Amino acid sequence: MPSSLPTSLRLKAENLSCERGGRLVFKDLSFELAAGELAALRGPNGAGKSSLLRLLAGLNTSISGRLNLEGGEADTTLAEQSHYIGHSEANKPALTVRENLVFWQKFLGGGENLKSLSAFNLEALADDQALLLSAGQKRRLALTRLAVAHRPVWLLDEPTVGLDAASLVILQNHIRDHLKNGGMVIAATHAELGLKSAVNIQLGKAA
Amino acid sequence: MLQQALALITRDIVLARKQGGGLGTAFGFILSVMVLIPLATGPDQILLSKLAPGMMWLALLLSVLLTADRMFQQDFEDGSLDIMAMGKLPFEIVTLAKTIAHWITVSLPLAIITPPLGLLMSLDISQLPILIVSMITGSLALSLLAAIGGAVTAGLRRGGLLVSLLVLPLYVPVLIFGVAASTASLGPSSSTPALIVLCAITLMSLIISPWACAAALKAYLR
Repeated sequence: MPSSLPTSLRLKAENLSCERGGRLVFKDLSFELAAGELAALRGPNGAGKSSLLRLLAGLNTSISGRLNLEGGEADTTLAEQSHYIGHSEANKPALTVRENLVFWQKFLGGGENLKSLSAFNLEALADDQALLLSAGQKRRLALTRLAVAHRPVWLLDEPTVGLDAASLVILQNHIRDHLKNGGMVIAATHAELGLKSAVNIQLGKAA
Repeated sequence: MLQQALALITRDIVLARKQGGGLGTAFGFILSVMVLIPLATGPDQILLSKLAPGMMWLALLLSVLLTADRMFQQDFEDGSLDIMAMGKLPFEIVTLAKTIAHWITVSLPLAIITPPLGLLMSLDISQLPILIVSMITGSLALSLLAAIGGAVTAGLRRGGLLVSLLVLPLYVPVLIFGVAASTASLGPSSSTPALIVLCAITLMSLIISPWACAAALKAYLR
């Protein structure tokens, strides 16, 4: 389904600075990312990796600088074309795995039929309450959101936390496929993702 | 857009059913008020039936207020609001959809249950229809105004007191015209003007509330 993607997609950030709680987290950050490229976001704790991802997701509005996604769908913002997987997993403990995914699929405009249960091997857990899942399984449920609807830009905040070796390989394959189809991925991670990144964004020292 | 809003409303209704929502607590509150007032004021039936509509409105209003601080808190804490704020659906519609779900799961059932409970206060049975109509009309305004308080305190752990202080002044007009519509003594037609004002308050809340909720919640998301 993602084959219709324009390959001219290009994310440009110029002189971004971000303020959080009155403190300047980073300033004058510039980078460019083309379709099919992975950006690795690095830096010590508190350097602003999550702040940058939330800024790209349009959630942090105290921003200066220019941020532009060229070649995407017309009349849509960067946030509307992005998947954001943050530290909070946005799962409802009282709902089953399937109900969680069906809701997000409908909400994110992915249609009625749920086909993405298999994306992170959650078929066997489909009718369990999310409450019963382990930390790693909750993570996989959150990551499955990447598959319920198509978005050209993936913003991943520490996506590997809690994942076992097998799930890590699945995640790597999903990222690789997404890049091959002309998408772009920006991932903040301390551990090695095991993929070649085209762009390295190094954020400064921790305060 | 409608489909996404419906998906959100359905999810909130299912969630309320599965994890209890606030309906039980609110209903318990109304029931205790209705049972205790006759004990507190003594067995004067004329006095009780005069007090009944006002007390019922007060109980309904405060019980809805009890549930307000949880309206957006869970979605804020587990990150769902982040994803909802990024989507194509305008954030105002997201908050409106959640408010409508609150109305369906809490305020509307309470507005239907409360009038018959008034019989415990020797309410004149002929007043029941107008009470039900005015309470259903006002209950939507109660949910919409409670949502504003819920949105402002979504990021606070103990937001209950703040919600009361913020929302109670907004509830005053609903209370005044709600009671005025319910106590009209000169037959059903004399309650029409108050009922129309109550409709106007509800419609005005419908315009202001989603916008105010969205603005308050956006300030938390950063």
